[in-house]
Formats: sequence, C-alpha cells, structure tokens
Amino acid sequence: MRPIEELVQADQGLVRRAIFSDEDIFKQEIKQIFGRAWLFVGHESLVPNPDDYFVSQMGTDSVILTRNRQGQIQVLLNSCSHRGMKLCRYDHGNNRTFTCPYHGWSFSTDGQLVERPGELVGVPGFAKNYMGELDKKSWGLKSVAQIHNYKGTIWATWDPNAPPFEEYVGDMRLYLDSALDHRDGREGGSEVIGGVQKWRVKSNWKMPAENFIGDLYHDISHRSVDVVGIGPSGGRGRRDAMQGRVAIAFKDLGHGLLGNLPHYEEPDYSPMYTAYPEVERYYREVHEKRIQNLGNNMRVKHRVGTIFPNMSFHGWQPRTITVFHPVSATEMEMWRMYLVDSDAPEEVKESARHYFLRYSGPGGMTESDDMENWTGATAASQGDIAQDLYFNYQMGIGHTKPVPELRGAVVSHEFTEENARAYYRRWAQFMQGSSWETMTPTY
Amino acid sequence: MTNAKIETSQPEVAYMDAGIELWWNVQNFLFAEADLLDRRCFNEWLEILHPDITYRMPLARNIRRDQIKQSEYTQPGETAWFDEGFQTLSQRVAQINTGIHWAEEPASRVSHLVSNVRVQVPANTVGSPEEVKVHSRFLIYQNRLQTETVLFVGKRADVLRRHEGRWKVLERTIYLDQNVLLAKALTTFF
Repeated sequence: MRPIEELVQADQGLVRRAIFSDEDIFKQEIKQIFGRAWLFVGHESLVPNPDDYFVSQMGTDSVILTRNRQGQIQVLLNSCSHRGMKLCRYDHGNNRTFTCPYHGWSFSTDGQLVERPGELVGVPGFAKNYMGELDKKSWGLKSVAQIHNYKGTIWATWDPNAPPFEEYVGDMRLYLDSALDHRDGREGGSEVIGGVQKWRVKSNWKMPAENFIGDLYHDISHRSVDVVGIGPSGGRGRRDAMQGRVAIAFKDLGHGLLGNLPHYEEPDYSPMYTAYPEVERYYREVHEKRIQNLGNNMRVKHRVGTIFPNMSFHGWQPRTITVFHPVSATEMEMWRMYLVDSDAPEEVKESARHYFLRYSGPGGMTESDDMENWTGATAASQGDIAQDLYFNYQMGIGHTKPVPELRGAVVSHEFTEENARAYYRRWAQFMQGSSWETMTPTY
Repeated sequence: MTNAKIETSQPEVAYMDAGIELWWNVQNFLFAEADLLDRRCFNEWLEILHPDITYRMPLARNIRRDQIKQSEYTQPGETAWFDEGFQTLSQRVAQINTGIHWAEEPASRVSHLVSNVRVQVPANTVGSPEEVKVHSRFLIYQNRLQTETVLFVGKRADVLRRHEGRWKVLERTIYLDQNVLLAKALTTFF
C-alpha cells in the first residue's frame, strides 16, 4: 500500500484511484474508519416497541439495533460469543432474548435481568457439561462503545475514545435538523415509512458518499429525468422550484452539503406539490406555522449532504436517509429509508411516498442513472494503467469563504469540489490513524 | 372437534378456475406482452395497460414463519421497489426514449419468461367475465454492456379487465424472490 499522503493530496485536488479499488486499502478503511467513526445504524421508529429489534450493519459487521423492556435502545454485535453464529437472521422482529440457533446460548437486554445489555443468560448444559464453570458475565455479546439517539436517528461507534456525537457532527447538525425536524419547524417529528430498501451495487462505497456531499456538477447525468419531469408539481424537472443553493463544507470534520446559508427569516412560501391541491395546502399551512414557531431563530435549509463516512440524506425533495455499507473495495450495499412528518395527513404522506419512490432507490428514475456512474467509474478504474492515475478534484480550489455562523464551515458556489476535498482530507486523517485529539477541532 | 370454527362470512366474491379457452387467451395475452417488452415496443406495451393501473413491487423481508402471511412483503402504503400508476409508467417509457437515460443506454437485452399461468374468474360468472385474476411466475434475464447480467425471478398477481373491447392490466403486484436486491437498478418492466 502506498503512503496515505501519496494517495490523497486533498489540497492539490488529487486522489489516487487505488482508494476505490484496492483491497488492502479497503481492509484498512474497515479498521481505521468504520472501527472508529460514528456510524448511522437506524431510526428509532424501526423499533417502536419494547423487545423490538432491527438488524443493521456497521462497516462489515452485522449489528442488532434493539429496544429493551425499559425502552432503551442498544446496539449489539450480531454474532454469538460462543462460536460466532449470526444470532438474528430475521431482518426485524420482537424478542425478549436472543438465542443462538447453533448451540443455544442466549443473551438478554432486559435491564431487570442483566447488568449490561447483551449479557449471557442461558447456556445449555451449564451445570452438567460446564460443571458451572463458565464466566457468563464476561461472555456477553459485544456492545458498541457509545450510542446516541439524535432526534430519532440512532448512531453508534466502536471507539470508546471517540468524541461525543454532537462534537463529531459539529454544526452539520443544523442541516440534519432541517431533514429530521417537522416541516413546521418543530423539533423532531419525522418518521420512517415502513420498509427499508437494500440493494447491491458494484461500486466503491465512497463514490456515492462523495456524490451526495455536494456534487452538483454531475447534474448532467439526470437530464433524461429533467426532460420527462417527475416533480411533485408536474412539468419539467424533478423537484419544485427552490432558491439558489450553495455548497458548504465542514473542512475539519469531512461533512458537507448543498443547501442554504443560515438565515433568520423564513423565505416567502413557494408552492409545492401543486399536482395535489390538498397536499399543497398542507405545505402552505406548515409554512405559516413555521414562521410562528421559528420566530427570529437562525435556521438553514438542506437539499443533500453527507455525514462522514457513509451516511447521506436529502432534506427537502425528496426527504430520505441513505447509507453505503462497504462490502469490498468494489462493492457496497445501499440502504434507503424515506422520511415524512409523522402527524401529516395520509394524503400528504402518500404523495410524498409516491414521489420519493419514483425519484430514489434502484427503481428511482433519477437514482438509476447514479448507480450507472458509480459502477462505471469503479470498473474503469481497476485496469492496471487506470488504477495508478489520480482523480481530479481541482474545481474551485482557493475560492471559499468562511461562514461566520457555522464553526469551521466554508462556502463555495453551487459548483465546486471543495466538499469532496474536505471529505478525502478527513479520510486521510482517519487512515493515518491520527488521534482524536489531533482530529477534533476546538472552536 | 370443539375447536372447529364455523364460517360465518364468505369472501365477497369467490373465484373459480377459468375454462380452457379463456385460460388460453389470457396466457397468450401475457406471452404477447412479454414479447412487446423484449422487443422494446414500450409505447405499444403502454396500450395494454389500463389507465387506472396500479403497479406495485413490494420489498421482501426475512421475518418469522408465523408472520410471513402478514408481513413478509411490505404492504400498500409502505416502501416498495415500485408503487405507481399509468402516468409514471408512461414517464419511464418517455425517459428511455430520450436516449440519454444512461441506465438503459445502451439498451439492455432482456428476455421475459412467463409460466405457471393460472386464470380465475368470479364464481358467479355467466358467459365471458369482465375481469379475471391471473397468477403467473416470471424469470427475467437482463444483460447490459459487456458482462452485466441480472436474473429476476418471482411471482405476479394481476387483475385484467376488459376495456374498450380488449384485456388490459388493471392491477399488477410483483413479488420478487429477493430480499437484498442483487441488481443495481430496476430499469426493466415486470
């Protein structure tokens, strides 16, 4: 493996193609990035009731997102501590204990029974075969080091030394709010529509992370859908009209987005979903409520962005969360969930759902062309000559301005590769094994 | 014996297997449809869809055996791979016809194999019915570019209705036999 500083020269806008195709680099990523960073694991609405669980993924490890009888959400490694068998083989369900199908060891999350979630509670033949000589307390399921519920989104890290989640996301948090908060400005108030799309793509997992961080330059790939017009108001294009966007990068954290700068006044209402008059009325009403609810508070508007390393989200049209799970250097599994205001009328939820599904996912008329780009770029970068070349990220170097309201943020015009440079600079820091002290900015 | 349940209600309409002639006609309808798709005659394909069509492909999930019936596949109102009507299907055709829909440009080579066709008609049917239920299996082979190859296998539950003198597809639910979709995109019709 070549030295990291040779693979990524972010300041020069150079990234060597090997980081999208080399298996040794991939193994290092799993350790250095997925073993340390805060990762998106799911949404609390996937486990609404006590004992509900949802099987998720952190890097290449399967994990169980579960809510115990006390209502607390836990994240546990989905692998029996005895001989490694995958404990939960359903995608979701409701269990009081997790019993391994191989030898029957069972684990509990019930805080009344056990001291820590995932503790080993049942061992067949404990008295007779083990003669009672097994230290059950030390053979529970591995649990993540830290977990954080942010407005319903569940995040976890294996690293006990990782900074708190809110420090890790920094002021990118405001943009996450813009997706998770109710359209009327109230905190939280969103839910995931039932069902998670999961699909395999022969692309390196960083391709979409970079695409979603604020690459508007690639819009040309979506010309076919713009011509046809799939927006919620009909006509050409694929969204409703919106104010100009800018690209904002959190240069010390590796997150970035397309959206608007912080502002204190709500912009005038611009009609949405006009193909559905009842729905349009809803958006007009929540706009009025938003003006009242937010008053003169600072707010932002988010279109699309990425939280380092592998979670991206749309905040407006559509409104989704997507995760790129690494499978190998040249394959990933994409997951997507769709968000709506939880108390919106059925018609509003339905029109959103129909619109989101024709936009995103493998059947999405917009997204189907994205996968074409990522798989094509991954494949064509694997040739012996090709893999030694650099990708070019030189658009707009040196043309940024600080954003006074957002710590460590810089803003560029809509079209820039500044956000990608920030992302790969962060990637290099993780890959070099830099300490959290040197990686965490103090403002 | 004590546990025997007494059926107190009947389904609104009971169905029975169609006779051989209707079965033959409907089967030919499905084969002709497959042929239209494989020959990329998408505009002609749209003509055999009912203007009120619902076209839905739910997600399959791994769940406990005792819940399979209720929730193996996502329900109407939940997330799906597709959930749309005539307008979106026409837009998909229009998108392919732009020639710049890169997921279908160059075009895929696709073969739709349709089998296990069963046709049912309302039990009280006298003469030829206006509406039939059709169950079938599909195996769809897609090859794109050089070596990109995908197999889609599953079941379809259709409702065909007579419209302006011809059968048209009024409802189509596509149950793909896959949990994690092993294709990067769904750019063919099912």
